[in-house]
Amino acid sequence: MLAKRIIPCLDVTDGRVVKGVNFVELKDAGDPVEIARRYNEAGADELTFLDITATSDNRDLILHIIEAVASEVFIPLTVGGGVRAVADVQRLLNAGADKVGINTSAVLNPQLVKDAADRYGSQCIVVAIDSKRVGDHWEVFTHGGRTATGLDAVEWAKKMAQLGAGELLLTSMDRDGTKSGFDLELTRAISDAVDIPIIASGGVGNLQHLVDGIREGHADAVLAASIFHFGEFGVDEAKRYMKQHGIEVRL
Amino acid sequence: MRKKGCAVSVDIAVVDYGMGNLRSVSKAIEHVAPAMTVVVTSDPAVIAQAGRVVFPGQGAAPDCMREIDARGLRQVIIDAAHSKPFLGICMGMQVLFEHSEEGDTACLGLLPGTVQRFPAEAMVDAEGNKLKVPHMGWNNVHQTAAHPLWSGIEEGERFYFVHSYFVQPDSPDLIAGFSHYPFPFTCAVATGNIFAVQFHPEKSQNAGMALLGNFVTWNPGEGEAACDMSGAACA
Repeated sequence: MLAKRIIPCLDVTDGRVVKGVNFVELKDAGDPVEIARRYNEAGADELTFLDITATSDNRDLILHIIEAVASEVFIPLTVGGGVRAVADVQRLLNAGADKVGINTSAVLNPQLVKDAADRYGSQCIVVAIDSKRVGDHWEVFTHGGRTATGLDAVEWAKKMAQLGAGELLLTSMDRDGTKSGFDLELTRAISDAVDIPIIASGGVGNLQHLVDGIREGHADAVLAASIFHFGEFGVDEAKRYMKQHGIEVRL
Repeated sequence: MRKKGCAVSVDIAVVDYGMGNLRSVSKAIEHVAPAMTVVVTSDPAVIAQAGRVVFPGQGAAPDCMREIDARGLRQVIIDAAHSKPFLGICMGMQVLFEHSEEGDTACLGLLPGTVQRFPAEAMVDAEGNKLKVPHMGWNNVHQTAAHPLWSGIEEGERFYFVHSYFVQPDSPDLIAGFSHYPFPFTCAVATGNIFAVQFHPEKSQNAGMALLGNFVTWNPGEGEAACDMSGAACA
């Protein structure tokens, strides 16, 4: 049976993991390659790197990181952040990424999603949707949640699937950083509206939240950062918990 | 690393026909075969001379077939599949068959059978939940026949999949493994020099590395002329 996936997310800026990652005996809390290796050993099903480098000068540092990780960690690697053109997708894939996340640029230029999917296949195009509740619906936001778009999140998800996205990474901006759990209503609304897999993100504070995201939110995968980084829970521990709650996982 | 020509003898050629990202495949093979020369190539001469051939691929069937022919690779792929250890991965498995429903595409016809899409009406699990297409993630692979490429890999081991179409061989004799989504579908086939898988061994961590490691040392038919031809040609 197909397993539900657990995906640790690493925020990278200027070639370093920010916020630090608190593994036991980790020599360098900011070294993306060593952190990726540790997550791989703990049973992560995939890894996501979000490049939040502010200046274009240091953009290429992520390429070196991906090259190094891809040479020794043989699970799917997704890289997002700053992808504006098909050429950016190509650079990341050539460095060893298996999937590329497109967020703000998908809103500014939806054709980019279609062009990239046509060129490299839907399987490597992940559209990231940042969403906030506005009145009785959810709206898409860009630029890290700062810019409202007026787009309805459910309709936008359907459009992205039609244009060729292979997967959607859905982040609730209301929940992100709150540790109060995923926005389950939002996750379920979008997961039920499209046929492609959904990765739920934003708000995980404990292991039950992961279970809820899959059971109640109908997510196909769950992404989390801080609960894993700060050593509160291990990926292996999260998987055992999910299995105990009847969720199929890769152990 | 992309290399041109055949100045040195090539142990393993990864066929590049412009369909998707081959870096993961070549990196994984280099990892399991550090002493071997691995090249990613679209040069028919290099493929013809290589000792082993890996035939990956991502994207849509019509594009794959068009790109294979645009590069003049059809015959060298067919010859390789007949003559040396040959590993098809994902789309590189599907196009070995006769026909794909995807874009109503005539494929290479090396193996009897067809390629079909997961039918929308069947995509519901035992609890009534909708199943997504593409089939994406880690699923159990059940081995239906003993094969050197399964050596050291546990029955039911999980491998990483991402696909919307699956192969239906005409003969059950071809089937080396199957998976469930939600019905059983063929995810590995084997005949002669050919082993082909729907999943991605290059992304399947330890199990995937075991399978690739088995491939790089596999000698189908134990000493038949087939697998030695290429080495001689390039020496």
